[in-house]
Amino acid sequence: MIARQISLLFDGFAYGMLLFVLSIGLSVTLGMMNFVNLAHGAFAMIGGYVTVTLMQKAGWPFLATLPVAFLGAAVASVVLERVLYRRLYRATDLDQSLLTIGIVFVSIAAAAFIFGTTQQPIELPAYMRERIVIGDFSFGAYRLFLIVSALIITAVVVLGLDYTRFGAQIRACVDNQRMARGLGLNVDRIFMLTFAIGSGLAGLGGAMAIEIVGLDPNFGLKYLVFMLIVVAVGGLASIRGAFFTAAMLGIIDIFSKYYAPQVGSFVLYLVMVALLVWRPNGVFARR
Amino acid sequence: MSTSVLSTRNLQKKFGQLVVARDISIDLPKGARYALIGPNGAGKTTLINLLTGMLAPDGGQVFLDEADITTLPPSERVKRGLVRTFQINTLFPNISPLEAVTLVVCERKGEAGTWWRGLPGYGASIEEAYETLKSIGLGDHVDRPTRQLAYGQQRLLEIALALATKPHVLLLDEPAAGVPKGESQELFTAIAGLSSDISILFIEHDMDVVFRFASRIIVMVSGGILVEGAPAEISADKRVHEVYLGSAHHA
Amino acid sequence: MTDTATPLYNPQDLMRAQVRWRMLETVFWVSALLPFFVAETYLVLCTQIAIAALFALSLDLLVGYSGIVSLGHAVYFGIGAYTAGLLAKYGWGEPLSGLLLAGLVAMLFGYLISFIMVRITHFALIMVTIGLCLLFEEFGNQAHDITGGHDGLQGVRMWRLFGTFRWDLYGFTAYAYSLVVVFLCFLVIRRIINSPFGLSLRGMRENARRMPAIGAPSKQRLQIVYTISATFAGIAGGLLAQTTQFVALDALSFQRSAEVLVMLVLGGAGRLYGGIIGSIIFLVARDQLASNNPQYWYFWLGLLLILVIIFLPNGILGGIAHLLSRRKKS
Ligand SMILES: Nc1ncnc2c1ncn2[C@@H]1O[C@H](COP(=O)(O)OP(=O)(O)OP(=O)(O)O)[C@@H](O)[C@H]1O
Ligand SMILES: [Mg+2]
Repeated sequence: MIARQISLLFDGFAYGMLLFVLSIGLSVTLGMMNFVNLAHGAFAMIGGYVTVTLMQKAGWPFLATLPVAFLGAAVASVVLERVLYRRLYRATDLDQSLLTIGIVFVSIAAAAFIFGTTQQPIELPAYMRERIVIGDFSFGAYRLFLIVSALIITAVVVLGLDYTRFGAQIRACVDNQRMARGLGLNVDRIFMLTFAIGSGLAGLGGAMAIEIVGLDPNFGLKYLVFMLIVVAVGGLASIRGAFFTAAMLGIIDIFSKYYAPQVGSFVLYLVMVALLVWRPNGVFARR
Repeated sequence: MSTSVLSTRNLQKKFGQLVVARDISIDLPKGARYALIGPNGAGKTTLINLLTGMLAPDGGQVFLDEADITTLPPSERVKRGLVRTFQINTLFPNISPLEAVTLVVCERKGEAGTWWRGLPGYGASIEEAYETLKSIGLGDHVDRPTRQLAYGQQRLLEIALALATKPHVLLLDEPAAGVPKGESQELFTAIAGLSSDISILFIEHDMDVVFRFASRIIVMVSGGILVEGAPAEISADKRVHEVYLGSAHHA
Repeated sequence: MTDTATPLYNPQDLMRAQVRWRMLETVFWVSALLPFFVAETYLVLCTQIAIAALFALSLDLLVGYSGIVSLGHAVYFGIGAYTAGLLAKYGWGEPLSGLLLAGLVAMLFGYLISFIMVRITHFALIMVTIGLCLLFEEFGNQAHDITGGHDGLQGVRMWRLFGTFRWDLYGFTAYAYSLVVVFLCFLVIRRIINSPFGLSLRGMRENARRMPAIGAPSKQRLQIVYTISATFAGIAGGLLAQTTQFVALDALSFQRSAEVLVMLVLGGAGRLYGGIIGSIIFLVARDQLASNNPQYWYFWLGLLLILVIIFLPNGILGGIAHLLSRRKKS
């Protein structure tokens, strides 16, 4: 009995880590540039399709495709940043939301045109499909892989932010953009790089998500909500907040799907709205 | 004490570690023309925010006409006659001055909640708005969107919006900020000419203007009141010279 | 009045000129009758446009006039639609009272939700409106027994309009009914916008910070406009349910919320006719582009959105106004 709950907890945590990787970039860019980027999920989808294409068409092994998924999403995001986003940094929340929703819509249609509307299957290597059994408990190896990767990414992001020059620059921009500009930092460039890395992580998340939640053209819209919850509840530009929120979100989602499938996502949305009304700046917000 | 229209007792405010209001107690008597001076960042604007309820104090009280208004929301304070202007233009860019001032007049008369009657039905309020604009010298610029007005005209509109509420305590946050010196004298002449029923506290950096128009001066330094007194006392005060006149006069 | 070069400084005349009924408006509303005579096969589309226009107008009260973002306005549209639909399904098919109730129920929800809305701003507000929309959609989905879930609400039977007019196959009655309701609602909304209350809404849009400093109780105003807006959205939803005799879950969806916003910004928010023009263009375009390939409609929709935001930030009407004023100057 308890073994079942522990494996649910494990699955939920793994799912939460996936959400964390998907969302972390959105959190940082929102906190930094105040830009409402509802197209973040579309970048994740790009990563997913890069992996699918490389595996199906070129026969690449799964792990080898991941860096390319990261790069693909990062490059796409930089192009869009240069061409479109840049013009709207001073615009209203509404205009930013609409522009980026427009991008999501185009991405949905483009994906449907190129890849069709069906779910894309991928074949994981055998060692990732195994179940690891310890006494009464059994864990999927792939989920363990998710957790370990997410923890590594978290560590790299946190350490990078705290101990590297670039990390310090990012923190300066998040804290006070005007001041950072005044100190002679090239805020535009810093932002572009941060944005690229954040989107790249989303692409990586999209690739890693295929095995868990599948991939179809609606991915960018479907998982946007989860990403927004992580960011909104976790607080802008708060790695710690995003981490905890994502973990909780994953666990709650898995548990409610198991024990109360009829309630569906209802509870999730309710909790999100309640938390936002209670603490509009996020539960883990620093301010 | 008994004649003061606006007073505070031990107001406190901190932003994180930074103390921006330290034990502020002031009394503004009826008909006052007080100046509030102090170097940049002294906490003058913050004090106005505390007085008008746009910031909640960490401690202390605010009294308007003897009544404790510390927890009253800003719009209620305006209804009771405590009104401010802003250091940085806080206007309505895409509506005309006439519309903006009409809005203020309608708010004052309790007409602005009406949604079933068209604006042209409020002729008296519109005329009053127009008169207010004329009285401050904006009579020829009532019809363009506010954002198209010259900067000096926008400063005037800033004051017109406050006047249209028919205040009896008026807090002016650097009304002449960014206005050339000649024009700022004009502006203050207009302010000084306002009815003596209106008690005024104004923030201003230009010492000539301050000494000419203020009956009394309050000097703030890093969140606290350094000294308060008549212009002659202030200009003779050593400490004021050190912390304020000495350092900030060139600004 | 003839020459704009001579300034006209009677303040009351200035104000009257702002709100007066223009010739072009008469032309517009009269031409809304044309489909009866020249485009009978398009009456169904025209009905949809009329309904969408009312929905967009209701949103304009928030987005265009008060400066409040909502990405979840379909909540009220859907509530109105289900109210009207359920009434008719369970025995009360009288259209006018049904529509009124649809508006009232949406109004009640709008009022209750407005307490949440005035507490938050910016990003959190966007999130909460999306969240509420998903919440209601999910509820509609789960309450399958009442709403029919994803299959939609079947068995809606409307009585004859005024006990006389049948809901004919071509949609004559439906369009006439919708057009009259939408026009009446338009008149009310127009009056609201041109009232002192409407002016205070624009004040909040232009500078929310200044409003308390001139003595305006902003929160209360926002709650009122939110409630009014929800009411009209509910009426629009009710119209859809009654004229199609069906309610799809889609009436509550995030997609519908996004669509109505697109119509509004396409036409031009805060310009009274913006939502109307936007819904005409949007729905005609969809009719043309989506009929052969619904999947790619999203592509055109997205592209349209991007182009409008980048090149026409004030919508089509804003662009036209800009051109006209440039011509006047030169
Ligand atoms: N919302 C805020 N959060 C944090 N610090 C603030 C905030 N508002 C003001 N401050 C700080 O409080 C101090 C006092 O600011 P204030 O605007 O009251 O100064 P001031 O006397 O009006 O100066 P100035 O002459 O430049 O207008 C400044 O150091 C300012 O940076
Ligand atoms: Mg100041």
